[in-house]
Amino acid sequence: MNVFDIIGPVMIGPSSSHTAGAARIGHIARQLLQEEPAAAQIVLYGSFAKTYKGHGTDKALIAGILGMEPDDPRLRFSPRIAREQGLDVALSTGELAEGHPNTAVLTLTGRHGGTITVRGSSIGGGNIVIDAINGMPVHISGQHPSLIVQHRDRPGVIAEVTDQLADHGVNICNFTLSRRQKGGVAVMTIEMDGGLDEELAARVRALPDVMLCVTLLP
Amino acid sequence: MPEELNYHSLAGLVAAAETAGQPLSALVLRQQAAQLEQTEEEVFHHMEENFRVMAACIEPGCDPDLRSASGLTGGDACKMRRRVEEGKNLTGPVMGGALYRALAVSELNAAMGRIVAAPTAGSCGILPAVLLTMQERGATEHDCVMSMFTASAVGLVIAENACLAGAQGGCQAECGSAAAMAAAALVELGGGTPRMLDDAVAIALKCQLGLVCDPVAGLVEIPCIKRNAAGASIAFMAAELALAGIGSRIPADEVILAMRRVGNTMPSALKETAEGGLAATPTACRLCKQVFG
Repeated sequence: MNVFDIIGPVMIGPSSSHTAGAARIGHIARQLLQEEPAAAQIVLYGSFAKTYKGHGTDKALIAGILGMEPDDPRLRFSPRIAREQGLDVALSTGELAEGHPNTAVLTLTGRHGGTITVRGSSIGGGNIVIDAINGMPVHISGQHPSLIVQHRDRPGVIAEVTDQLADHGVNICNFTLSRRQKGGVAVMTIEMDGGLDEELAARVRALPDVMLCVTLLP
Repeated sequence: MPEELNYHSLAGLVAAAETAGQPLSALVLRQQAAQLEQTEEEVFHHMEENFRVMAACIEPGCDPDLRSASGLTGGDACKMRRRVEEGKNLTGPVMGGALYRALAVSELNAAMGRIVAAPTAGSCGILPAVLLTMQERGATEHDCVMSMFTASAVGLVIAENACLAGAQGGCQAECGSAAAMAAAALVELGGGTPRMLDDAVAIALKCQLGLVCDPVAGLVEIPCIKRNAAGASIAFMAAELALAGIGSRIPADEVILAMRRVGNTMPSALKETAEGGLAATPTACRLCKQVFG
């Protein structure tokens, strides 16, 4: 922790978990979609579902999906801005059997037809965790530069990717891997201390078994 | 050695400042610059930006037409400010100024305005209220910004030994910590010794020990906004006592640990779940229905 964890962040109120955290979840989902969003389906769970009206959780999520940061003064006008920009938003509430009480599931569809479903939870103080992408378990805090790599589940793919990171002088601070079935599609989430740039992402993207490689910067 | 400065205890920070013969803020700034791998100027500038965001909250926060997203709050800072500006309030421009500023920043937060969490959004009005009131009374912006490093150091010690979240420790951990941080900043701005800073932190926290987090309808509005005004007045009270040489019999570090134990024994109904305290009153239940249907 440092002094700016105590006095900071600068944010749009009223709640670091229900507003600032929600904006971050929306923003990460937008980055993962990798294109201009045309439609967003938002499902709120737990305390998000119960209190979103008073906390502006819906506005914060939409603002994030539009690419706004948690301190953007336009955040509270985000539903109007979404209409102006042609982003179609559908909001509903649901019940989750398990998971964190402040959870949102966002399904975004891009203008070029891409689609992604992201589940995120706000875990306090504006901190968040993305724990599923397209139903695959991941762990993204958004506090470190991260690479999300979707790839074919074959021997040696992890080594090929981490070799690229090593060549680039990058230190990994968190690594998770998940897959649905052997030989199918797998997802690596790699959080690092620094050194992530487009050149590194392009090198990973060029690997034969890599299907998708997305960079997230904090 | 500044690199060895740590936030394990307030007593340690006080001793370091006494040994160095410097204000605590100077030591904290140096240590933070080293930790963040930035220059002292860069770190100072970042804090100065935060101070300016705080200052920019007052005018919009005093808009008589300001209303929160729920419609439950807003417009009260304007009333308090008017009374102070007319010279009619009982406690003069310092306390009156702190009260209206605390309301302004907290009401702006509830209305989805741009604020600085200090240490949380729910307690964001206390530190700006006391700092901006001191600036009006003649403190320079530079000194106000420096005092924020002292305030942060107090927050770091509390975070390490107790917590800063209402959901974890009740309102004592949010508004209590914010008032303790503000009291420390005031002692430094008032020319007090590092020892007085310890006393002010202890006194501020002692006066809010056991305060529960019971937000009506789960929103950061009732009673949070008025508890920010209370926190600002407690910060001034604690600093005044400490600057007069009145010590706390219980040292700040022990008060912080007591706060942690009180927070741990607090039932979850009184920790931000909106199931107990004021949130469970008939009026609160009616307001909750009004907002959420």
